[in-house]
Amino acid sequence: MRGVLIADFDPAAPYRLDPRVALRDEPFGALAYHYGSRRLSFLRSPELVEVLRCLERHTSAAAAVDSVVALPDRERHLRALAALVRSEMVVPG
Amino acid sequence: MSAALVEALERGLDAPICLTWELTYGCNLACAHCLSSSGRRDPAELSTAEAMAVIDELAAMSVFYVNIGGGEPTIRSDFYELVEHAVASGVGVKFSTNGTTMTAARARRLAATDYLDVQVSLDGADAATNDALRGAGSFAAARRAMDHLATAGFEGFKISVVVTRHNLHQLDALEALAAGYGAQLRLTRLRPSGRAAAIWSELHPTADQQVELYRWLVARPGVLTGDSFFHLSALGDPLPGLNLCGAGRVVCLIDPVGDVYACPFVLHEQFRAGSVRSHGGFAGVWRDSPLMRSLRAPTSPGACGSCGSYDSCRGGCMAAKFFTGLPLAGPDPECVHGLGAAALAAAGAQDERAAVAGGAAAGVQDERAAVAGGTAAGAAERRAGSPDHSTPVRISRHPRTRWPTSGR
Repeated sequence: MRGVLIADFDPAAPYRLDPRVALRDEPFGALAYHYGSRRLSFLRSPELVEVLRCLERHTSAAAAVDSVVALPDRERHLRALAALVRSEMVVPG
Repeated sequence: MSAALVEALERGLDAPICLTWELTYGCNLACAHCLSSSGRRDPAELSTAEAMAVIDELAAMSVFYVNIGGGEPTIRSDFYELVEHAVASGVGVKFSTNGTTMTAARARRLAATDYLDVQVSLDGADAATNDALRGAGSFAAARRAMDHLATAGFEGFKISVVVTRHNLHQLDALEALAAGYGAQLRLTRLRPSGRAAAIWSELHPTADQQVELYRWLVARPGVLTGDSFFHLSALGDPLPGLNLCGAGRVVCLIDPVGDVYACPFVLHEQFRAGSVRSHGGFAGVWRDSPLMRSLRAPTSPGACGSCGSYDSCRGGCMAAKFFTGLPLAGPDPECVHGLGAAALAAAGAQDERAAVAGGAAAGVQDERAAVAGGTAAGAAERRAGSPDHSTPVRISRHPRTRWPTSGR
């Protein structure tokens, strides 16, 4: 996982979307709204939305990303997941 | 926020992210700066069944939350029923209240409801400042409501303050007041809408105060603003939020009788897009009304095009421009570079010339005096009659002429 060393996020660990988060598809990707924190996030890639929807079915964040995107896009998506972990949209699975 | 995302939002979404719903215009207060000129209830208000149907429609469109206001929304006898239906349907509720109807029992009921935010309106850190705008006794009533909410264990309720020239120096005191309750401070912009049109020019923060406000907000990203102050982003780093006009693109307003307005701050027929009572319902208005569509079309920055700050402030607030009679493609009346103040002054001068050219000799002297000392609303109303003025067709402080509340 070279290049993706982010505090509090381990690409090898399982994660899931917080159950209080709703996703709404949009042409640019999706809106994510957290009913608990009232935080709104803009997900600017349909692939990232797909990763979020399948996240909890995979044994690791990296496996979920790899099931959706090719290797060159992997790091970008892991960084996006790390940001969503920091904002508590995504939680350890 | 990326340029591509700004562009996507400016083109409008298939459903609003959130919307404002003025549930009633009935109010037991008569605040001098009320955006909706509230007072009396409209006999044609949406019935409980109609309001429930609107909630169902919002839920089907995945609207995440509604900002319920008024008037004082809690005076509707079905208020709690509607709130509970919305929350149960996945439509979160934030409602604004003057606090006068809050009791210990109601506070407990609210505290036990998920996905509910309460905003108690307070426009000063002391009774003198607050009551000057909101009426005698309103400060004490709001504080009692806050006491009830805190006692009931309602964590993180909001204290919502309209920032004016007279309370801007109290921001620290308001912050401390909120902290004492475990509440969140929310600051919003004074807009020259509704009754505020008449007093905006004397009440809106001065240019120096705007800079002070910007610095205060930048240092406190936790203070909520409802994206009110994006015109201040031209002063430096952007404030948190979307920093663009969401009218008809990501937000709108439903009024008590079900009329849908593109902008939550422009209750004027020129911005009325349709009615939830029409055949296509709310979704039909949102998606297909010509007004909504026109607001999603690419806009010209107009006179702001040559300004280096346009990418930061996007020309500011449409409502503020509309109700001060400024062209929508051009600077906000509170443009931090002073271009709005200059435009207001120039428009006033233009009116004078028009009056002279029109041969209204008898009125000229009075007209000048009125312009010199007049309010923004007065200037706007005069400008509406000026033949070479391209925008606002008609300016009205009180759009709902069916049941005027003046005199209250």
